[in-house]
Amino acid sequence: MKNAWHKVLFSFALVLMFALAACGGNEEESEENASSGENESDSAKTIEFMHLWPEGSSKQHHEIVNSIIDEFESDHPDVTVDVEILGNEQYKEKLKVLSTSNELPDVGMTWAAGFLDPYVSGNMFAPLDDILEGPLKDKFVAGTAEAYAIDDVTYGLPLELNITPLYYNQRIFDENGVEAPETFEELKEVIQTLADNGVTPVALGNKDRWTGSMWYMYLADRIGGPEVLNNAIDRTGSFEDPALIKAAEEIQELVDMGAFINGFNGLGNDEAKGYFINEQAAMYLMATWDLPEWTTNEDNPQEFRDSVEYTKFPTVEGGEGDINSYVGGPGVGLFVAENSDVKEEAKEFVTFFVEKWGERSVTDAGVIPATVVDTEGLDLPQMYIDILNDLNEASNLTLYADVQMSAGVADVHLDSIQALFGEAITPEEFAKQQEDALAAEE
Amino acid sequence: MNKVMSNKAVIALYVLPAFILIVALIYGPILITGYYGLMDWNGIGAMTFVGLENYTQLIQDGQFWQSAKHSFLLAFFSTLSLVPYLAISLILAGKIKGSDLLRKIYLIPMLLSSVAIAQLWVKIYDPNNGMLNSFLTMVGVENPPSWLADTNLVLYAIFVAILWQYAGFYIIIYYAALKGIPESLVEAAKIDGANPIQIAYKIKVPLISGVIKVTVVLAIVGSLKYFDLIYVMTGGGPNGASEVIASYMYKKAFDTFDFGYGSAIAFFLLLITLVVTWITRKLTASEDEIQY
Repeated sequence: MKNAWHKVLFSFALVLMFALAACGGNEEESEENASSGENESDSAKTIEFMHLWPEGSSKQHHEIVNSIIDEFESDHPDVTVDVEILGNEQYKEKLKVLSTSNELPDVGMTWAAGFLDPYVSGNMFAPLDDILEGPLKDKFVAGTAEAYAIDDVTYGLPLELNITPLYYNQRIFDENGVEAPETFEELKEVIQTLADNGVTPVALGNKDRWTGSMWYMYLADRIGGPEVLNNAIDRTGSFEDPALIKAAEEIQELVDMGAFINGFNGLGNDEAKGYFINEQAAMYLMATWDLPEWTTNEDNPQEFRDSVEYTKFPTVEGGEGDINSYVGGPGVGLFVAENSDVKEEAKEFVTFFVEKWGERSVTDAGVIPATVVDTEGLDLPQMYIDILNDLNEASNLTLYADVQMSAGVADVHLDSIQALFGEAITPEEFAKQQEDALAAEE
Repeated sequence: MNKVMSNKAVIALYVLPAFILIVALIYGPILITGYYGLMDWNGIGAMTFVGLENYTQLIQDGQFWQSAKHSFLLAFFSTLSLVPYLAISLILAGKIKGSDLLRKIYLIPMLLSSVAIAQLWVKIYDPNNGMLNSFLTMVGVENPPSWLADTNLVLYAIFVAILWQYAGFYIIIYYAALKGIPESLVEAAKIDGANPIQIAYKIKVPLISGVIKVTVVLAIVGSLKYFDLIYVMTGGGPNGASEVIASYMYKKAFDTFDFGYGSAIAFFLLLITLVVTWITRKLTASEDEIQY
């Protein structure tokens, strides 16, 4: 009997524990709210800032952010910056949840175009054009801030920038007596020679689909010029443009030549990169976020890192595109919440952040900022210097197609890319599928 | 003790925590999913009620039926694979040398996480450096297939990995059931002159038929809602050649931000699973319960 009552008591205790735990959470939250309220009444202002570079996984980023915040706070004694840090995926989730209850942080991070869209149409982000026209005028590399614009209003300021060079392995090239190609014809010759010698010409992890998209985008750019693809996507043009179909034909010709690694449609990008790093493939088209792999990453053998070179994607004879046009795009950018109660301070903080970040990100973290960098006197691996100089001469930057498109169309695009590379569809079907998807959205 | 346990209030109290959890975590979300399935919703903005539009779209969605076909194929092969598992268990449960060790070996895949298994098989299937193709090249095959990139092979290549993953699970269930058969029955059969195959086929298998039925249901239901290896190994590609219902649902909801449609798929999957389970139960139903 006594035993039984013990059990009853125990289960009561359990229930109470749950109840208390639930209350506890609430209490903490309300305390937080109360304290931030107090701050405001003391005229000391708090900017809530959410970012996605935890100390564990992105140490250098994390440190730069902290020191920028410290500097900002000492410049503005009446403002404190309250930081919350989450990993990439959790960050995206939390941002979504916060936005549904209209509780976005004053400043946070966002991605360009497609990601931005629902937040802008929900009127969550503040326009930042006044900053772009004012303190940060002409600071950004052409085409980067534009990626955060919807209907000519800019809602985000980019921090990172990636372009996509064609990396190649000089040692393999030397062994096979080929040189870095400057035209598409030369590229095909290089590929033919390598394939004949039993060397895998190009590492491509097309399971991830966006990897193949980069190849297609470059060909579209080189054949039809920078505007065709953009026009097809923003509906001033059509995806069934002859240049876009021609680019798809070229892709299939490359596939027929055996340009891409055996089984590329089943390989992930990391695996494909593994082939390039193991010197089992001669070329690899990837964005500059991989630069540390070829320069500073000690995990890769020195011999390999010494033999990696890069070239701009070759031009197509008779094509419209010029060699200084790049496929690429800004990575994360900063937004200011529309309903922020400290909007002015938040904007000031964002401006400050972009400037300081631009000064330090390359040297301290190896990240290319979206702001123009003066390479004079910078202590960096040569490949960084070259790329930064190329960037300053860039004539155009075409944002990754899957980022430009809305999520639904991007999925059609990516699936079509995989089917095109797998030769499951013809170039005409490839163009039509996407034209239909884009048209259906209008 | 009895007095306490027959007190309705106490019973309710004991059941309550589990009841709250199951309602909050299982039945509640099912209802909410059904509700979302009637909406046009991108996961962030406002929802618009569209009635059964998602479902009419679903019925006409070729890609959905393609992935449904793959899910049913998986269910078919999973059920078929129960036969060799049963055979292996019959051998293991007999008195053979090293059966203890073998049983543990078969169980190992169960102990690995799905993602680890997926990575393992991705490495095995790697078209150029993989174990399988290296072996095939060694024995003289000229152009070994690139397993995960070939639209005709990819589905079956993943099935092999899935069946391997669950082998230990079913073998251990059968093994435990077979160990539960009274020794005296087997001995009586032996005295009557039954050979080992007759004992297995006529005595042991009928005695564990209840367990077999359960495993059939488990295999079918598990296959219909299968997700893990597919998602990690190919993400449903290339060109949807290895897409199953659950991976298609994930893709719609989380990659293309069509939560309404994703929810409709999820709810439809629930209905399919319920119907199939009911049919399986009907088909395998038998009158008499076995009495020892």
